[in-house]
Amino acid sequence: MSYTKRFDNRKFDEMRKIEAKVDIIPRADGSAMFKIGDTVAIAAVYGPRSLHPKFLQDPEKGILRCNYTMMPFSVSERIRPGPSRRSTEISLVTSKSLLPVLDLTKFPNAVVDVFIQIIQANAGTRCAGICAASMALAHAGIPMKDMVAAVSVGKVGDKIVIDLNKEEEDYEDGATDIPVAMTGRNHEITLLQLDGEVTKEELMKGLEMARKGCLDIIEIQKKALREAIKENQNE
Amino acid sequence: MNNDYVRSLIERGKRIDGRSLDSYREIKLESGISKYAEGSARCKIGETEVLVGVKFEVGTPYSDSPNEGTIVVSAELSPIANPDFELGPPNEQSVELARVVDRGIRESKAVDFKKLCIKEGEKIFMLFIDIQVINDDGNLIDASALGALKALSEAKFPKLDKDNKVVSGEFSGKLKLEKLPITCTVYKIGGSLLVDVDSKEEKAVDARLSVNVGNGRIHALQKGKDIGFSVDEIGRAVDIAVKKEKELAKLLK
Repeated sequence: MSYTKRFDNRKFDEMRKIEAKVDIIPRADGSAMFKIGDTVAIAAVYGPRSLHPKFLQDPEKGILRCNYTMMPFSVSERIRPGPSRRSTEISLVTSKSLLPVLDLTKFPNAVVDVFIQIIQANAGTRCAGICAASMALAHAGIPMKDMVAAVSVGKVGDKIVIDLNKEEEDYEDGATDIPVAMTGRNHEITLLQLDGEVTKEELMKGLEMARKGCLDIIEIQKKALREAIKENQNE
Repeated sequence: MNNDYVRSLIERGKRIDGRSLDSYREIKLESGISKYAEGSARCKIGETEVLVGVKFEVGTPYSDSPNEGTIVVSAELSPIANPDFELGPPNEQSVELARVVDRGIRESKAVDFKKLCIKEGEKIFMLFIDIQVINDDGNLIDASALGALKALSEAKFPKLDKDNKVVSGEFSGKLKLEKLPITCTVYKIGGSLLVDVDSKEEKAVDARLSVNVGNGRIHALQKGKDIGFSVDEIGRAVDIAVKKEKELAKLLK
C-alpha cells in the first residue's frame, strides 16, 4: 500500500515544528526544553558532583548518568510512575549518545547527572530528550567537543520519512522507526536503533534525511543557547 | 545564606526578598499543559514550579461505596527539581505531599465521588492526579494543591465505548467541582508565622501547618517538622489560612 500523503500534511523530509529553550529550571546547573510537534521534553543537569556509592567512581574521569522518565499523564493511557524496562534502556542509550562529545577527564570520581522528563508524548520522545539533554549539558558548562541532536526517521508504508508522529508509528500497513542521534561537526552517529523492516538502501536514505534534520536541529539548539547567554548578560 | 541570617531577618518581620510575612510570591497558573491528560496545569509560585496532570481510568468500586468513584494522588519529587532529590520509589516527603493534597480534595468534597460512578457496584472512574515537581524553591505543598485544583477544574470526562473502555482523545463533558478548597501552609520560624517560604527560608523552618480551607471552613490539617505550635499559634495560623483562601481561590476562577 502506498503512503502518498502524510497524516499531518508534512512533506516526507519535513520535521514537525521545533521549539527550544534553555535555562528553564533555576535550581539545576543546566536545563533545557525541546519541543517537536506535540512531543515535549525537558532536561536538567546536576554536577559535576561527587559520586556515591564510592565503588561507582572512576579515578580517571567523571561519569555520565542519564535518566529518562515519562510523566504519568504524558500519553493517553496513564503510565505507572517508576522505572520500566523501556525507560531503563532509553536512559542507557541516551547516555551513550551524549558521551562521545563530553570531556569528563577534569572531573575524576565525579558524576554528571542528566534527568530527562517527557511532559507530552507524540512519538520521538527519546530523540527529543537527547536534544534537550545536549543543550542542558552545554548550558551547565560541561566541556563538550560538539553538540548532539537527534531525530527519528523511518519507513511508513512504502515511504521513507523523517520525524514520525504517533499516527505514523501506528500505521496499519507497518512502520519502521529509526531513532538517530548525530554530532554537529563530524556527523558521527551516536544513537541508532531500529524496529521494523527496511532495506539497506532505505536505511541509507533515512540516515541522510536524519543528517539534514540533525544539522537543522543543532542550529536551533545553538540559537537557544545563545539567547540564554544573552539574557544572562543583560541581567 | 545561613539559617541565622534568615532567622534574624524574620525576627524583625523582614524577609530575604523584601516580602511581608503574610504574602505569597507571584503565583502563575496555567492549564492545558499536556494534551493527552484529561486535565492538566502548571502552578508557579515564585520560582517553584509543579505540573499536575489528571488521568481518568475505569475501575471497580469499593464494596462499601458501590456508587462512588475515587481519586489517587501521587507526587513525584523528581531529581530534576532539586539537587537533593533522588531517584527511586516515593520517599516520606513525596508520600506526605501526595496525601496532604489528596485529603484537601477528598475531605472538602471538591469532587463529588458519586458523579464518578459509571454503573453502580460495577464500574467507576478513578481519577489519577499526578504531581510532578519541576523546580523546588520551597512551599511545594501549596503549589501542588493549587495546581491539582486547577488541573481538576479544567478536567473533562473521557468518552467511553460500549464496553466502558476509555476512548482516547474524546470527551463527554466537564468534571464539575463542588468547591475550590485552598491549601495554605503556615510556617513557623522562631516566634514568627509566615507563608510561602522559599527554599532558603525552608531550611530555617521550625514547624509548619498546612490548612485546607473551603468557603472559610477547615477541611484538613497537617502539622509538619520537628517543633510544636502553641494553641495560640494554631489559631493565628488558621486565621492566616482563612484570609489567604479568599485571595488564592480567586486565581482558580
